[in-house]
Amino acid sequence: MSEKIPVTVLTGYLGAGKTTLLNRILSEPHGKKYAVIVNEFGEIGIDNDLVVNSDEEVFEMNNGCVCCTVRGDLIRIIEGLMRRRGKFDAIVVETTGLADPAPVAQTFFLDADVGEKARLDAVVTVADARWLRDRLRDAPEAKNQIAFADVIVLNKIDLVTPDELAEVEARIRAINPYARLHRTERARVPLSEVLDRNAFDLDRILEIEPAFLGEADHDHHHCDDPGHCHHHDHHHDHAHPADHDHDHRHGHDGAPQGALKHYHDEDMQSVSLRTGKPLDPDKFFPWVQDLVATEGPKILRSKGILSFKNDPDRFVFQGVHMILDGDHQRPWREDEARESRIVFIGRDLPEEKIRQGFEKCAA
Amino acid sequence: MNDTQAAPSLSDRIHRVEASSPIVAVHFLGRSPAFVLGEEALLVVDADGGELRLPVHSGAILSSDGNGQAIVTGGDDGRVVVTDATMTSAAAATDDKRRWIDHVTFGPDGTLAWSAGKTAFVRNTRNEIRSNEVASTVGGLAFAPKGFRLAIAHYNGATLWFPNMTEARPDTFSWQGSHLGVTFSRDGKYLMTAMQEPVLHGWRLSDRKDLRMSGYAARVRSMAWTAGGDYLATSGSDQLILWPFKGKDGPMGKQPKMLAPYSARLDVVAAHPAHDIVAVGYADGLVLLVRLSDGAEITVRKLEKVAVTALAFSADGHRLAFGCENGEGGVVDLG
Repeated sequence: MSEKIPVTVLTGYLGAGKTTLLNRILSEPHGKKYAVIVNEFGEIGIDNDLVVNSDEEVFEMNNGCVCCTVRGDLIRIIEGLMRRRGKFDAIVVETTGLADPAPVAQTFFLDADVGEKARLDAVVTVADARWLRDRLRDAPEAKNQIAFADVIVLNKIDLVTPDELAEVEARIRAINPYARLHRTERARVPLSEVLDRNAFDLDRILEIEPAFLGEADHDHHHCDDPGHCHHHDHHHDHAHPADHDHDHRHGHDGAPQGALKHYHDEDMQSVSLRTGKPLDPDKFFPWVQDLVATEGPKILRSKGILSFKNDPDRFVFQGVHMILDGDHQRPWREDEARESRIVFIGRDLPEEKIRQGFEKCAA
Repeated sequence: MNDTQAAPSLSDRIHRVEASSPIVAVHFLGRSPAFVLGEEALLVVDADGGELRLPVHSGAILSSDGNGQAIVTGGDDGRVVVTDATMTSAAAATDDKRRWIDHVTFGPDGTLAWSAGKTAFVRNTRNEIRSNEVASTVGGLAFAPKGFRLAIAHYNGATLWFPNMTEARPDTFSWQGSHLGVTFSRDGKYLMTAMQEPVLHGWRLSDRKDLRMSGYAARVRSMAWTAGGDYLATSGSDQLILWPFKGKDGPMGKQPKMLAPYSARLDVVAAHPAHDIVAVGYADGLVLLVRLSDGAEITVRKLEKVAVTALAFSADGHRLAFGCENGEGGVVDLG
């Protein structure tokens, strides 16, 4: 009927500060009204008739794909909320600390009715700076939530030393190099950095650049007064030097404080690929489709910007497990390098096989 | 308005309604259509064309059913409300945890059923409320045509429950996946469900044999039994799909009858109570009457690119009401 309602998914392990952030979203004067879908253990302090309890029912789709799961309760609740669509501007879905974000995200791609009415805006993960390292060791859910995130709110930084903070950030980056990372106390991140991010918008897919390799540490910016924050969205479309290091995870240029350590997580990692050679779509699409069909259960997120031979347009795609969504985005500009870039984040990814397969996609 | 085409049209006989919010369903109270709005109220059009707005819920109206004499609605305010032909509304039940009432349906002799979360409730003829919990959230409810028996659709199957027989264990029919809409064939021999995927599933109750009907483009959101129960009319395609249930083996091994092909998705069906005629509504606003014997079509109305969301015949079959996503609706005398 009109614009799709944006949906923010708020994840995070137990006690990280999700509820604090949620209460801020519901109480701060930002001029927007949110419907909130909370899990049964939610402890929202706000009385609001647009707060709905969910029971996190994960349903398998009957299509033979083991990772094609959806949240049945979300389908039902979003349909119900849409009966009141004039009453709110956006939806926030809070998950339990033990939830896998994938079925939530996939609901927007696999259910046509939900996809018609609502769009996934971003997965926001709140992490506890003090305890995240332990959780990454003992809780696979915590690792999934970090791997899946578009935005990570690294909370309770007042409870750790600078060294510990650097350590936990490096652990996060070993798993997920592209998420926006905010260091906070009491979840005090400007809400504009959390809401309405358009992270799943194909037009914004360029945010795959590993943030901590970039210029200075603008992703570490945080402040306590949203009114005085300006946006730091200058990650768009700047050209890269042609001789740029191809494996970004090991670059050190511009690392803040010289304190960054580099880790390889034992089972969760990202594989980033880039090439200046134009790709052949007749080779690339069969390859990527076969890759997600066979390795989909291991691949949590994928994003890419592609330059195809004889195609003036940038092609962008993103995916969750076996589901891929892609489109022509816009013509390449004169002043940007026509470079293809892809990031896969997942568990036990066959990196060498992926690299070799990608290389064969050159035109 | 381009009603001057060759196909016959009823659009000059429509009494139009403009509701303030989306129409999500319509049911008749006698000869008066009651449009169920997405929020708060019913909009009833009486015999003289006067409009009456009846507040029934304090928030969204999530589900509704009508039996000709009354309408039952379930809301996100946790209430089950029955509105009768005197336009009096009363709460039949209030969920003690104020959960959403996801589904409601009338049964025989004024009984009714509703669900909140995983629990299905019935109110029997003695006004006793009984409940039965299933393993996952209830996807749909339907009473059997005979006997006081309720079908509860849920994840991985549907459960048949005799609410008045406390010693009888509920009987679950299994099939993997999420079952949403549910309906019994008129002869009570088949139980049919619409699934999360664009397929219908069914069971022949006598031998629990599975039926699976596929080929839909979208989830089947609307199902109706034609007069006499000969066909199950369904939405979910760009034409009317009718599964034959007459004959010994029902639809098993048979192809559906397909009528009224069109360029937009068919979203809503309603069956005439006496004749083999089905009213269909499409995603682009077209409403047609389709005669099953020869596929003849009569245009009821062509709306401006708004999805038809509601259709109903009056019990005598003389009137048809329709409603749309943008609050437009109407009622037409079929004579």
